[in-house]
Amino acid sequence: MTAALQVENLHRSFGALHVTRDVNLTLQRGARCALIGPNGAGKTTLINLITGVIRPSSGTVSLNGEDITQLSQADRARRGLARTFQINQLFRGLSVLENICMAIGERDGHNNNLWRSAGAKREVIDEALDHLESLNMVDDALHLVRNLAYGRQRLVEIAIALAQKPRVLLLDEPAAGVPSSESHLILDVVAGLDPDIAVLIIEHDMDVVFRFAKEITVLVQGAVFTQGTPDDIMNNADVRAVYLGEEGHDAARRGGQHG
Amino acid sequence: MSDNKPQTPATQAGNEARLRAMDYLVRRHYFRWAEALPWLIAIALFFILPNRMTFGGQVLIMIMFALSLDLILGYAGIVTLGHAAFFGIGAYTVALASMLAGWSEPISGLIAGGLVAGLVGAIAGWFILRYRGLTLLMLTIAFAAMLQESGNLRSDITGGYDGLPGLMFDPLFGHFQYDLYGHTNYWYVLGVLAIIFYFVRRITYSPFGQALTGIRENVRRMHAIGSPVHRRLVTVYAISAAIAGIAGGLFTQTNAYVTLTVFDFDSSAKVMVMLILGGTGRLYGPFLGAAVYMILEDYLAKLSPTFWQLGIGLLLVLVVLFARRGLLGLAEDIRGYFGRKARASSTPRRLVWKPEHWKALAISALDGGIIGFVAGFATNMKQAALMLSFVTDLPTRAILFTLGGAVIAAAINAIYLLLTSRTAVEEQAS
Repeated sequence: MTAALQVENLHRSFGALHVTRDVNLTLQRGARCALIGPNGAGKTTLINLITGVIRPSSGTVSLNGEDITQLSQADRARRGLARTFQINQLFRGLSVLENICMAIGERDGHNNNLWRSAGAKREVIDEALDHLESLNMVDDALHLVRNLAYGRQRLVEIAIALAQKPRVLLLDEPAAGVPSSESHLILDVVAGLDPDIAVLIIEHDMDVVFRFAKEITVLVQGAVFTQGTPDDIMNNADVRAVYLGEEGHDAARRGGQHG
Repeated sequence: MSDNKPQTPATQAGNEARLRAMDYLVRRHYFRWAEALPWLIAIALFFILPNRMTFGGQVLIMIMFALSLDLILGYAGIVTLGHAAFFGIGAYTVALASMLAGWSEPISGLIAGGLVAGLVGAIAGWFILRYRGLTLLMLTIAFAAMLQESGNLRSDITGGYDGLPGLMFDPLFGHFQYDLYGHTNYWYVLGVLAIIFYFVRRITYSPFGQALTGIRENVRRMHAIGSPVHRRLVTVYAISAAIAGIAGGLFTQTNAYVTLTVFDFDSSAKVMVMLILGGTGRLYGPFLGAAVYMILEDYLAKLSPTFWQLGIGLLLVLVVLFARRGLLGLAEDIRGYFGRKARASSTPRRLVWKPEHWKALAISALDGGIIGFVAGFATNMKQAALMLSFVTDLPTRAILFTLGGAVIAAAINAIYLLLTSRTAVEEQAS
């Protein structure tokens, strides 16, 4: 079976600074993979390399067996690679519904049409409302994104990516900045993702990582420090030393018991 | 889906919200009666002011030019100070076709002007729309300046800054002669504007128009959801260039005369000021902005041939301070304010002056002073020589404008602060 996403020997340097070194990463269909590492380890850079925001100095990225290293961001997105951003990247002056319709319109090519009214494609609006319904956000459909609470904006961030109907989804700290009283809303959505989608999640909350992920990749200074199952990572003394610390270790144990 | 679930009250409420949302998007592009207003006014003015129809035609042409800019600035967020390039290309296409090729049929000439401008827009856009922000701004200015200079180099063809006078055009539809009062021309321009407006309106409400708004709101996300951003920008830039070209073509046909000044930076800047004055991204901003600007300019120039730019300057200061979203945006704010007032009318109201308002006042005076200072320098230098004795020298003028700007800004902000603080009291009370 070809992997949903395969990253091979990926390398990127800015001058003498090597931000990504020889990274290998494979996501099978339906994978639940977490990417962890200390601040500045190059986690977001890796996502930017995979999605084509920046180009690698060397190495390849393949999506469902197709080499996409030379493709633009948009071409990759249309082939089923979606991402969310660590800091919200939303259409703040538009309504929630329009935000979702935007993703559907680009996915299906409706947005090439400059003559018919946007409202004439009822199936697009219907689908967008279905997405919102699954997130319990229909009541917010007509609210401007900039008027929503931050936690709700975070949900829109994910909803746009889901409306792309991706086969590979990269989540960059989906619950970042959300008050802990609301973070369960987002984590429930993450936990309930379609099992067919391969998911890579960057997350700092070890509770979440150990509950959600089946595989964990630890990134340190741009290189893969170690890869393995949550149990492997939890029992790896080196990982504990460089990153987890005692607190994270406890969380890992708790997470392991839940799982 | 929801249809299969039992109809509990919760899902019923959900369905209502769903229908409301669907309804809003489906109906959004429906024609509203208020939209007939500018057209009715334009028609009425023909009968009310039959002697001012030459001027009326010029206003309609500027509305069309500003509308073309609204499409790229208001919707796609492309900032340009070189849009006169396409206005000029259209103007010269029509002029040269008539002069060199004897192609004097007005409507086909206009279409040719639009096509040539659109083609140049597509090619130029393909290169320059890779950039954004200030870089793009500089490139648009450079492009218009390059066109103007190349026209100057071949002044044997273009007539240079002396222009091509005495161009002849056939009667409209082979029947309606252009008359001295500009009556035929007014209807001609109004008709073309109506057709162009219909196109622009369709585009802005289309999925493509939505995608443009998306690019304006967040281009990073557009890339991430698979939007071919560059292609969309080049497409809308070419459409906008074509419309500007048609406006330019009408300008040539109206005046039967064209000079290289159509490429002037002044013209690019003026059309942007008109658009911002009216309000961007609202379709009707160009109507209000161009009309107010040109009528005010016309009126002030008659009132005081030397000082008229002071009035325009003051208007711009006021817009920048209190109506950053243009006159249409201001109208929305006022409507919102009275809406709030109506809701809160049962609570007691009083005007309050808070200590922190002094600080706000000082800042607004400073703002006004800076804008006045800039306006003092920015007002046309050629005009400065013509001005009366005490403002001919630049330092005096700068001081005068600075003080004037500061005082006016502070005074208006005082009123504004009182009004808004009153609202704050209402909100506290409720």
